[in-house]
Amino acid sequence: MAVNIVKEKCRGCSICVKNCPFEAITMENKLAVIGSACTGCGVCVDKCPFKAIEKTEQEKKTEDLSRYQGVWVFAEQREGKIMPVVAELLGEGRRLANEVGCELCAVLCGFGVEALAEELFAFGADKVYLAEHRELENYRTDAYTKVINDAIEAYRPEIVLLGATHIGRDLGPCLAVKAGTGLTADCTRLEIDPEDKKLRQTRPAFGGNLMATIICPNHRPQMSTVRPGVMKKAPYEKGRRGEVIRLEVNFREGDIRTRVLETVKNIKERVSLTDAEIIVSGGMGLGKPEGFELLKLLADKLGGIIAASRAAVDAGWIDHAYQVGQTGTTVKPKIYIACGISGAIQHVAGMQDSERIIAINTNENAPIFEVADYGIVGDLYQVIPALIEELDK
Amino acid sequence: MKIIVCVKQVPDTNEVRIDPVKGTLIRDGVPSILNPDDGNALEAALQIKDADPDTEVAVLTMGPPQAAHMLRECLAMGADTAYLLSDRVFGGADTCATSTTLAAGIRKAGGADLIFAGRQAIDGDTAQVGPQVAQRLGIPVVTYVQKIHLEKGKAVVQRQLEDGYEVIEVETPCLLTAVKELNSPRYMSVGGIVDACGKEITVWDHNAVGLDPSDCGLNASPTQVFRSFTPPPKGKGEMLGGNVQEMCSTLVSRLREKHYI
Amino acid sequence: MYFTEQHELVRKLAGDFAEKELTKEILDQVEETETFPEEILGKMANAGFVGIKVPKEYGGQGADARSYVLVMEEIARVSGVASIYVSSPNSLSGGPFLLSGTEEQKKKYLTPVVRGEKKVCFALTEPGAGSDAGGMTTAAEKDGDDYILNGRKTFITMAPLADWAVVYAKTDRTKGTKGISAFVVDMKLPGVSCGKPENKMGVIGCATSDIILDNVRVSGEDMLGEEGKGFINAMKTLDTGRLGVAAQSIGVARGALDEAIRYAKERKQFGRRIADFQAISFMIADMATKLEAAKNMVYKAAYLMDTHQDASMAASMAKYYASEVCNEIAAKAVQIHGGYGFIKDYKVERMYRDCRVFTIYEGTSQVQQMVIAGKLLKK
Repeated sequence: MAVNIVKEKCRGCSICVKNCPFEAITMENKLAVIGSACTGCGVCVDKCPFKAIEKTEQEKKTEDLSRYQGVWVFAEQREGKIMPVVAELLGEGRRLANEVGCELCAVLCGFGVEALAEELFAFGADKVYLAEHRELENYRTDAYTKVINDAIEAYRPEIVLLGATHIGRDLGPCLAVKAGTGLTADCTRLEIDPEDKKLRQTRPAFGGNLMATIICPNHRPQMSTVRPGVMKKAPYEKGRRGEVIRLEVNFREGDIRTRVLETVKNIKERVSLTDAEIIVSGGMGLGKPEGFELLKLLADKLGGIIAASRAAVDAGWIDHAYQVGQTGTTVKPKIYIACGISGAIQHVAGMQDSERIIAINTNENAPIFEVADYGIVGDLYQVIPALIEELDK
Repeated sequence: MKIIVCVKQVPDTNEVRIDPVKGTLIRDGVPSILNPDDGNALEAALQIKDADPDTEVAVLTMGPPQAAHMLRECLAMGADTAYLLSDRVFGGADTCATSTTLAAGIRKAGGADLIFAGRQAIDGDTAQVGPQVAQRLGIPVVTYVQKIHLEKGKAVVQRQLEDGYEVIEVETPCLLTAVKELNSPRYMSVGGIVDACGKEITVWDHNAVGLDPSDCGLNASPTQVFRSFTPPPKGKGEMLGGNVQEMCSTLVSRLREKHYI
Repeated sequence: MYFTEQHELVRKLAGDFAEKELTKEILDQVEETETFPEEILGKMANAGFVGIKVPKEYGGQGADARSYVLVMEEIARVSGVASIYVSSPNSLSGGPFLLSGTEEQKKKYLTPVVRGEKKVCFALTEPGAGSDAGGMTTAAEKDGDDYILNGRKTFITMAPLADWAVVYAKTDRTKGTKGISAFVVDMKLPGVSCGKPENKMGVIGCATSDIILDNVRVSGEDMLGEEGKGFINAMKTLDTGRLGVAAQSIGVARGALDEAIRYAKERKQFGRRIADFQAISFMIADMATKLEAAKNMVYKAAYLMDTHQDASMAASMAKYYASEVCNEIAAKAVQIHGGYGFIKDYKVERMYRDCRVFTIYEGTSQVQQMVIAGKLLKK
């Protein structure tokens, strides 16, 4: 789709220039001109009061897309354990497969991981494509890309979903190029167009300021990486059965150009923000790193964990692993308590789906109050001790 | 040694605000900046050059003519040469088409022993272009790189994971994508700016890099934007009143009423 | 109008630097300890702020007066005292060498200064000779190939921190200003000592003291320029100095105006923002207008220098006007802050104190008026 100016209708009001998120429109001789920064997002089309901007479909030679069938989920495993995001992908994949009317499959790569197939069936997979090889034990870009791309060529899935983990976001782009198709990153919503059964992928862009719905009309498979923690987990049905299809794995010299010399785990306490039911999060309003100790007291009282805004992480007060937001972790706990967090859009993008949001901030105009269910204007160093005292009653 | 760093000019999304009344993006006064992760990528290349002055560092971007300004900044930080891929037909490119164009630019620039890119750009947050360029060039890629050690014919790097890191050995030439933990980008210097302003920035269109318009931009993008919208703001909640004790007491009773605690 | 892409980048660099490095914590610490962190001075040197106009062959940056003005403005907007560390090597400590130094002296003294490795102070003023430099009494008497220096210099910025001083002294008492010569004096030489650092009103963190010269033996090789040409050297150095103070003034004025605007929009009284009161909004309109005029004068003076036109009067006018207007703007910014403006927690309090010296040092406003009037009425 391209965006074009209808010269006869353009009055040169420049409303489109002001509204373009990508600064792609300029005025030349009192006519709007679309420049090369245009992404075809279509914001200007709606804004033009004179209907002088049109989105035009491009003619495409289309290959036979009906040859592609089935929803595939990349069953990412690390050290023989299925990653939590896989259950979320299977949950979402099941819904999509039902709407399209096809089967749900998982692709599992590893070494000595056949037993994991049971788990995938229990989470709803109809088939598991299993690739086992010593070289597949740890994730490696070249090895996984080759094996999964071979499988895509052989079995032609219609949709491929990957978790937007550090591995999924490495594998996805490589696979997409190999398969000659598109990939939409970090999706937060997936839908099937009821008419043409095509996948609509919605994702935040522009630091969460803009949502874009992306389609991949003429190429298959339609591929997405999906943010962990966003989709609902598939129900676990113990004893559910399915079919295992073994993939042939052959590597030649030079196929794999990297070696994993060592895997190091951070010794520090593991932060599982995505699983937490109660999160007490701190921002620049803490004023100092020690502020997190107070948050920890409250979190312990509530049986939750602490988290932080990007500003607090950038200030070096707390490790990146605790960061909630667009560039950190997306969370949706039952209770999210934002302490001294102003509520920059990129932070809000990562926590707005929490069931109950409580904001504590000295600035009554802080944007965090726009998303809060309960707002307290006050100094967190007074409010939190009082809150702990109240909880003790 | 020759290094090419892929960079992107992006709007500073931290400065972007939503008009609360109209629900539209307020772009006025939002500055264009060098994408932060790309700054780390460039710094990594410049550190290699600091250690071995025979190193040549080139920066490459695809973008509108104004992106030359950002390239100038990269030169002022210490890059030797700058290439700008700019053409109307490159417009509307998704990551797939962007990687084709960048790869063609890298070939045209004579290739490199090492290619750097930022992990992701803050306007799209896709993290796709780096690995896709590597695929198109047929070289290995390591993403999320937080530490680099170069040896002859190979690099040993740390790849960041959610709960730690991997140490990976990779053959060169290869492409590495940088995260912010890798380093802290240097400032330009006044003298660097003086030198940078005396340099030519090479601008290439699709003909220059040997691409057919059908391989570029919107035409070569499998994904398309179906529609864009600003996320609906959540309704404003309840501002609690009274003194600190009263507010806390109200809050706890609200949460208990609804069985959240 | 006066700027190219190069200047825009310099402004961006200095603005980013000031924002990221000169944080409130650092600046509070400077006020409290009265010392400026060496680490930041090192970073400033790496960014090329200390030898902006010095040619590259002497380790400088090879840029121009406009770049210098922009760096000063952007740094002073955040911290007045930090901008002194920028101005010194660029004007008062670098200037004398650039103007009169031999090739050898430039390499020996100028290069380490513009690399941020050494500090030089500019020792002209005396207890009895401020604006009237010709009235100085410090004497240099020839003794073989050496000179013996005796006297007292006062209000010397950075003296306690300096490695070397450029000292102006009379080699011939009978000749007035034409009897003045310049010397490079190593601060560690026997007979050189510094007085107690002055307890200043503002620009805290950059020690200022007397320099006492008691039979200091200086080698004839360390005379800077020709004998008897010291006064000209000092006056020409002060020419660039004036531009620096003018740039400092517009920087601090911008900082004060920004703070005033922010506060006026935040602070509520009688149920509205104080910005909605005409008394406040007109004050702000006035401040902004005067700042704009001052900026244009400063930029024009720099432009004239860069294009090798006579900039002497333009620089005097810019220094005179910008420093006076800066004091006015800072005072109004304090006024807009009300009682809070009188409290050290608010930035305008420091700005108000810092800028007070701008109408005094490197030629008082009255000296600038003399220079301007003199040029106009000469014929």
